[in-house]
Amino acid sequence: MAIPENFRPKILGFLCNWCSYAGADLCGTSRYQYPPSLRIIRMMCSGRMDLDFVLRALSNGNDGVFIGGCWLGECHYVTEGNYDALSVLHLAKKLLAKVGINPARIRLEWVSASQGNRFAEVVTEFTNELTTLGPLGEGEGIDPATLKLKLDAVARLLPYIKLVEREKIRVRFENKEEYAEFFDSPALNALFDTTIADKLAISQILGLLHERQRSTREIADTLNMPISEVTERLKDSSRQKLVRFDEAEKCYALA
Amino acid sequence: MSTTAIEQLQLSRQNSDRLGDVMVVGAGISGIQAALDLAETGFRVYLVEKAPAIGGKMSQLDKTFPSNDCSMCIESPKFIECSRHPNIEILTTTEILRVEESDEGDFQITLNRKPRYVIEDRCTGCTTCVEFCPAQMPDPYNQRLNLTKAIHIQFSQATPLVTYIDPEHCFYLKDERCQICVGVCKHNAIDLHQKPQRRTVTVGSVVLAPGFETFDPALRGDFGYGRFKNVVTSLEFERMISATGPGAGHVLRPSDSKHPHRIAWVQCVGSRQVIPGGNSYCSSVCCSYTQKQVILAKDHLPELNATVFHNDIRAFSKDFERYYQRASGLSDVRFIRSYTSVGRELPGSDNVTIRYATDEDGVKEEEFDLVVLSVGLNPPKDAKDLAAKFGIELNAHGFCKTNPMNPIETTRPGVFASGAFFGPADIPESVWSASGASALCGTVLAARRGKLSREREYPEERDVSKEEPKVGVFVCHCGANIGRVVNVPSVVEYAKGLKNVVHAQESLFACSTDNAQQISDVIREKGLNRVVIAACSPRTLEPLFRDTVREGGINQYFMDMANIREHCSWVHSKEKDAATQKAKEIVSMSVARTSLLEPLSEIELPINKSVLIIGGGVAGMNAALTMASQGFEVSLVEKDKDLGGMARRIHYTLEGTDVQAYVKEMSQQVYRNPQIRVITEAVIEEVSGYVGNFVTKVRAQKRLREVKHGAAIIAIGAQEYQPTEHLYGLHTGVLTQLELEGRIAASEPAVTGAEGVVMIQCVGCRNKERNYCARVCCSQAIKNALKLKEQKPEREVTIVYRDMRTYGYRENYYREAASKGVRFVRFTPEHEPVVAPIREGGKEQLRVTVFDPILGQPLALDTDLVALSAAVVPSASAQQISRLFKVPLSPDGFFLEAHVKLRPVDFSAEGVFLCGTAHYPKHIGETISQSCGAAGRAIATLSQDAVIATGAICDVKEDACVACGACISACAYDAIDFVETAHGKKAHVNPILCKGDGLCNSKCPTKAIFLNHFTDEEIFAQIDAA
Repeated sequence: MAIPENFRPKILGFLCNWCSYAGADLCGTSRYQYPPSLRIIRMMCSGRMDLDFVLRALSNGNDGVFIGGCWLGECHYVTEGNYDALSVLHLAKKLLAKVGINPARIRLEWVSASQGNRFAEVVTEFTNELTTLGPLGEGEGIDPATLKLKLDAVARLLPYIKLVEREKIRVRFENKEEYAEFFDSPALNALFDTTIADKLAISQILGLLHERQRSTREIADTLNMPISEVTERLKDSSRQKLVRFDEAEKCYALA
Repeated sequence: MSTTAIEQLQLSRQNSDRLGDVMVVGAGISGIQAALDLAETGFRVYLVEKAPAIGGKMSQLDKTFPSNDCSMCIESPKFIECSRHPNIEILTTTEILRVEESDEGDFQITLNRKPRYVIEDRCTGCTTCVEFCPAQMPDPYNQRLNLTKAIHIQFSQATPLVTYIDPEHCFYLKDERCQICVGVCKHNAIDLHQKPQRRTVTVGSVVLAPGFETFDPALRGDFGYGRFKNVVTSLEFERMISATGPGAGHVLRPSDSKHPHRIAWVQCVGSRQVIPGGNSYCSSVCCSYTQKQVILAKDHLPELNATVFHNDIRAFSKDFERYYQRASGLSDVRFIRSYTSVGRELPGSDNVTIRYATDEDGVKEEEFDLVVLSVGLNPPKDAKDLAAKFGIELNAHGFCKTNPMNPIETTRPGVFASGAFFGPADIPESVWSASGASALCGTVLAARRGKLSREREYPEERDVSKEEPKVGVFVCHCGANIGRVVNVPSVVEYAKGLKNVVHAQESLFACSTDNAQQISDVIREKGLNRVVIAACSPRTLEPLFRDTVREGGINQYFMDMANIREHCSWVHSKEKDAATQKAKEIVSMSVARTSLLEPLSEIELPINKSVLIIGGGVAGMNAALTMASQGFEVSLVEKDKDLGGMARRIHYTLEGTDVQAYVKEMSQQVYRNPQIRVITEAVIEEVSGYVGNFVTKVRAQKRLREVKHGAAIIAIGAQEYQPTEHLYGLHTGVLTQLELEGRIAASEPAVTGAEGVVMIQCVGCRNKERNYCARVCCSQAIKNALKLKEQKPEREVTIVYRDMRTYGYRENYYREAASKGVRFVRFTPEHEPVVAPIREGGKEQLRVTVFDPILGQPLALDTDLVALSAAVVPSASAQQISRLFKVPLSPDGFFLEAHVKLRPVDFSAEGVFLCGTAHYPKHIGETISQSCGAAGRAIATLSQDAVIATGAICDVKEDACVACGACISACAYDAIDFVETAHGKKAHVNPILCKGDGLCNSKCPTKAIFLNHFTDEEIFAQIDAA
């Protein structure tokens, strides 16, 4: 992939009011400089971070999403939403990876109210990283229409994913490493595959068929999915009467 | 006791028809806090400051230890609070001329308001005059390290944010040569003929908070200061590392404006000295501020070699020990224990040499690029004058003489001291003593509370629910802070084209009083129903602009701030086009969000005007008496049979007060007070409710009772560590300091007969398990050592220590102990002292073997008794109380306050306060002043008519709720419950318990629960507009 010249990534940042937003303020007060790539949305707590926001931000032409919160153990609230923000991060990464988007496009950093310098550093670093990744979609080799379709497919599943999160993935660890380890564990991957991955595939296929009917191969090519998986998912979907096979056209269409 | 004096004063004033006002003299952080607490409590306050702006020394600090918070960032919101409080009148450039006592015992105070030569009401703080003023002068805010103009604003966040003309440097005021400022001021704000104004006010009580001066090394030329260019004071260095300092964030040394690569700090300059011109006491703050400066300097200059020449490292307060470890653990940082003398200034480089000696290498001379003198704290320059005018006494050091058992009480009833006026104090102590002084003013004036206080009146709120969004955008230049980088006019033009925007304009300083007024006017004139302020961070000025839109007659939540300063112009100062483009995007996001904002109402709930105090020790009893004397009902809960807590084991203080007599008198006062209900042998079983309306279940003598209260004070104290080291419990000759004290007081033969006593410091703390200094043990050891010497001067008393941490005036007793022959032997943690029983000459003794770093070999001390300075550890019930009240503990197990500097007795959980050793080990005087502080804060809460809860909290769309409980399991505040509705079980939010973090919102699968002011739709709008 060739990165367009003068490519400057767009980042949308979601910062908690008490630490990261204050750290960004201090960064300004201290006049530390960082690239003008980031626009900031203030939230009271990083626990307010919703998977929906990630998808919406990426659907809207941002190349990366940044989440800033208080260091673990320093959340302003008794709810300690920054731990949940970590779960959101990992879930988002998993979902993005599943639909072929580079999970490095979402990043979470703890920045305290006194770490103005650190804020500048992490924004600069993330900007540099995204610059090498290239524009969203282009960097992944996904065309804009398919990208949108994939993100929408994830978004449609969010209510279900939130229930799965509550029932199966609500965890509380001590540190970032343990979260990373948990979300990368074989058990979690298996759980993810059985509870979310298949539904995600179906959601994408349905999104695609919503436009018009398509053959199995066409679907596999557009979604960059193994043909075997597409066949499998189409079989499931036919059983559930979500799609039907159009014998005449030799294509699948929405039921 | 002086409480009796206060009682008399109360009696004599009960029938007088007198004003309920208070004057606070000095508007540093302590004066500001006192004014705010008093104003909140319902008193009218005159806040008198001789400088042109409020803020004091804290406003000059770059950061604060040990959290490295930006000092100005945490202090300046308090300036705004002060300036906006209807009960506070700020009088800057004002001095006390005369104080007379009226017949009713009031203070009639004549003030002299010096001319500012600028009409405050007219000046907008635009600083055009500053730009044009031809007269330069050294900048007092930057410790004269750079130049400012004769007309200037003290610092950019100054309150009031108006210019001031220094008459010493103004060409017109000196010899009528120039009037340029008059010509360029568009607001006719300059009046070069202003005259001083006198004014007499009558107040019922006074808080003196004049602060301190830093020690001036120029007087003696210490360490070449004044002669050598690259020798600066710590306050000068503080400005040098500050982003708003002379180097604008670059640390540049004075001689050649180059980055220094080797900096030396010299500790105890002017402190711990008995030579002429020095101060015998320890200034308490220098060790930690130096560590802070080392950390910050290393941040600025990663390659820096930093060297600190010190005596004892006095890291005695909360988290200081870790802070010291952090500073000393940085690369290329050396802490060297040595006396030092300055050598010479090297020709050519202007570097400075320092001579010092170490145990290993003997005397050395080393070259440094910059030398920072860690100067101590002196009494304020006008201390004598103030004392004479107010009729109070000063102590031998020239600070305010106070009651040793309560540093807030001066020698004159009705006049209180807060902050560093009673001696070296750090910011938290300055803050809690201010709250304490406010509480004690209340004891004098309680009957008058609320008589003179004013409330703000707002116009009636317009109902805009039927209107389309009509957004007004105000883009601020912030002087040049934004305008220099961002093209403000083009942002205004861009804003005009955005959907829903009906008005957009520029503003030089949106926050100035007249600009804010203008915004309110525009809202009314143009019928705006939403407002975007594109300016600075909402974290500082959101309250101001909410107020502004409220003045404009619309709901205060119809406002959003687009942060184009901290998040744009300041961080992209070299990319003007990109910054302008980004500013447009930020404004667009804000407009999109603002169009969707909903009016929200703040909830008011009545307050139960009573307090529950947990812990009947010195802290709890003091807080109880302070509050009860002002008419608040108190329930005082104590786990033991008797009141007194840890103080029942303390017999005398270092200053000589009889603690047992004190405790006895206090507990009698408590028991006699009809407002106080004492519950002993009590255990707290359950706490529910919230600020203003708590319900706590207390079990005592097998009876369970329910206490309803509006606030709670946690004063559960701490306990002595039970040593497992040094044969404690195995040998009768090994005692803890408290046990020793008890035996000295009881004149036990084993003690009276002892010929030698060795004391070992830091037992059970400053180690891996307890990584903190227990603060009181050094002074306690000195106290007992002096007592032992007093009883039998020939007795051998040795204190084996790591650092003697006799901070403040306690240093004098350390010196006294040394002069009376108490021997001090230092040890390092690598060579812990060893205690072993021995038999010599048929006599059973103990041998303490210490490795003496100076001698470089072990030293054997044979003795009859070994006293262990056992650490102070958190109370056994700390965890349980922490859980019940949902307030946090620090890693060391003490209670964790809301903010280490500025909210030292508050918790983040509203309505719950903290004092005494539950917060951290402290001396009795400190405990008492802190307990007054906690009482003051609790009074400020309970004096309100209602609890006001923010409107930005969660709510439920019942038709979307599927009762899955995802929100309930996420909410640690227990703010969400299921309720039965006509359509089944639905989630319901208790608006008082909800704190508005919005975690539930992101957990809800059906988007039924939502956080007001941060709804999905509002955030989506921002995302889409980005």
